[in-house]
Amino acid sequence: MSTPSPTNLAPAPATYGVVGSNPGVILGIVAVGALLVAPFAVYPVFLMKVMCFALFASAFNLMLGYTGLLSFGHAMFFGGSAYICAHAVKVMGFTPEFGLLAGVTFAAVVGFIVGLLAIRRQGIYFAMVTLALAQMFFFFCLQVRFTGGEDGLQAVPRRAFFGIIDITKDMNLYYVVLAIYVSGFLVIYRAIHSPFGQVLKAIRENEPRAISLGYRVNQYKLVAFVLSAALAGLAGSAKVLVFQLASLTDVAWQMSGEAVLMTLVGGMGTIFGPVVGAAVIVTMQNYLAGLGEWVLVIQGVIFVAAVSLFRRGLVGELLAIARNYKK
Amino acid sequence: MFELLGIPPQALFGQLLLGLINGAFYAMLSLGLAVIFGLLNVINFTHGAQYMMGAFGAWMLLNYAGIPFWGALVLSPIIVAIIGMVIERTLLKRLYHLDHLYGLLLTFGLALILEGLFRRQYGSSGLPYNNPLPGGTNLGFMFLPNYRAFVVVASLVVCIATWYVIERTKLGSYLRAATERPDLVQAFGIDVPRMITLTYGFGVGLAALAGVLAAPAYQVSPTMGSNLIIVVFAVVVIGGMGSIMGAILTGFGLGIVEGLTKVFYPEASSTVIFVIMAIVLMVKPAGLFGTAK
Repeated sequence: MSTPSPTNLAPAPATYGVVGSNPGVILGIVAVGALLVAPFAVYPVFLMKVMCFALFASAFNLMLGYTGLLSFGHAMFFGGSAYICAHAVKVMGFTPEFGLLAGVTFAAVVGFIVGLLAIRRQGIYFAMVTLALAQMFFFFCLQVRFTGGEDGLQAVPRRAFFGIIDITKDMNLYYVVLAIYVSGFLVIYRAIHSPFGQVLKAIRENEPRAISLGYRVNQYKLVAFVLSAALAGLAGSAKVLVFQLASLTDVAWQMSGEAVLMTLVGGMGTIFGPVVGAAVIVTMQNYLAGLGEWVLVIQGVIFVAAVSLFRRGLVGELLAIARNYKK
Repeated sequence: MFELLGIPPQALFGQLLLGLINGAFYAMLSLGLAVIFGLLNVINFTHGAQYMMGAFGAWMLLNYAGIPFWGALVLSPIIVAIIGMVIERTLLKRLYHLDHLYGLLLTFGLALILEGLFRRQYGSSGLPYNNPLPGGTNLGFMFLPNYRAFVVVASLVVCIATWYVIERTKLGSYLRAATERPDLVQAFGIDVPRMITLTYGFGVGLAALAGVLAAPAYQVSPTMGSNLIIVVFAVVVIGGMGSIMGAILTGFGLGIVEGLTKVFYPEASSTVIFVIMAIVLMVKPAGLFGTAK
């Protein structure tokens, strides 16, 4: 293993230059191009699932990888906004775009409240506080009537998107979800590569120093947390459009664990890491679905292996190899 | 007979006793977490799974080896502690120089593995474990089941003994010193790595002991640990991990509060501890017994 970065948390990503000279941007354009033609080769519902989880994991990574705070409660935003979106579309008759908006708004508001509480503690305590608040939200969802209890909200209708795009066809929905995913991803990319993102990284690397330089660290953390929650909410709402279902699974702590797992496997603190991690884990779950409880065991083994053997994740290790090769 | 706010005393004291038992488990688990975190700087996410293993250990010893509850009460924690020490030596040890979060992630993965294995083998529904102390005493105002009284007394004894060993004996002073400055303690000729392993084993054993005690009180089920550990995390945040006595008092206190909530406002009983956590975070972020850092 190489020497860990100062906080020992995430490897410092390569500094990105201007847009044109950045291999990451070229890679991104290639990836979007591939995604445009992919549904002709691969089952579109599977791809949409990957994109929803990739956005979820990327939103989570904004906290863990770039701010250094491990949130163990992101299921609260993912599943909570799924309920709101499903309720808005199914019961209140919203069109899908307003359903998404309702879901994202809800996630942002809850993110603000939870963020205010959680950023009072750091490190390990931050993880425990977010986990506990998410569990409280889970019990809330279990008890209130509008979530449908154990059944969840099923058969959420797919109304026309913007009133014109017929999303009952999987192919049409695919491009809507792709647009949602790419815009969410661009928001994260923009946030990371901005002065705001630089301050977040400074907080991750050395919080007392960032404070001594005059940054209001807590405000930065709170904004990052709300942004991360809102994007996790966008992912959860988009998932409702795809599967027409919001259920307790989406708010359970295991869902928060999956976001952690995807980010860890792909590489925390890298922009493409969570995307790769989400693709790997969703593919694995698809192939292993018949194995029942073994999926849990295998996920646990991947966790242990990732922490013990490749802490930088798949993308992080690749970047490290590329950097060594350049030298 | 008297009534309190329209609640019959049997219901009130019955729930108080249940709350006290839950509190006993919270106290033993958060005590173990605090001791482990103090020396290893690892939040042991596997703690819930190890509690579950303690209960299953008792069940297996009874059903496969015919060893009754009282034997399991000693054997099961020792077996689980040994498994824990093997995990510490092989996996956890390699993470001490890294950020605390990696320890949390590793132990989270271990918890998934253990829970998955037990669910695979025994299914998600619970297995019954016979009450070793049937019967009870009528105290006049309530009926006190013998086993429940035993759980409360046993866990109180264990908690206070742990407090005594850590705060009042020479062995405990080594432990406290190593928590502050492991390098210096090592320089005085004390084998700190072995101490770390034994401490982890002790904390894990405490969790398993709580599990054995829980087996006759609840059902033995693979998910019993993961549900409990999140509440225990909230207990730890409320109490702060700075003090041993703090962990014990917070554990028992919150168990009682939860029991009372079940009597007066049952809908909130599953969330009351989390609400208290939120309030404590607003008023005293370091926790009731924690020191600001």
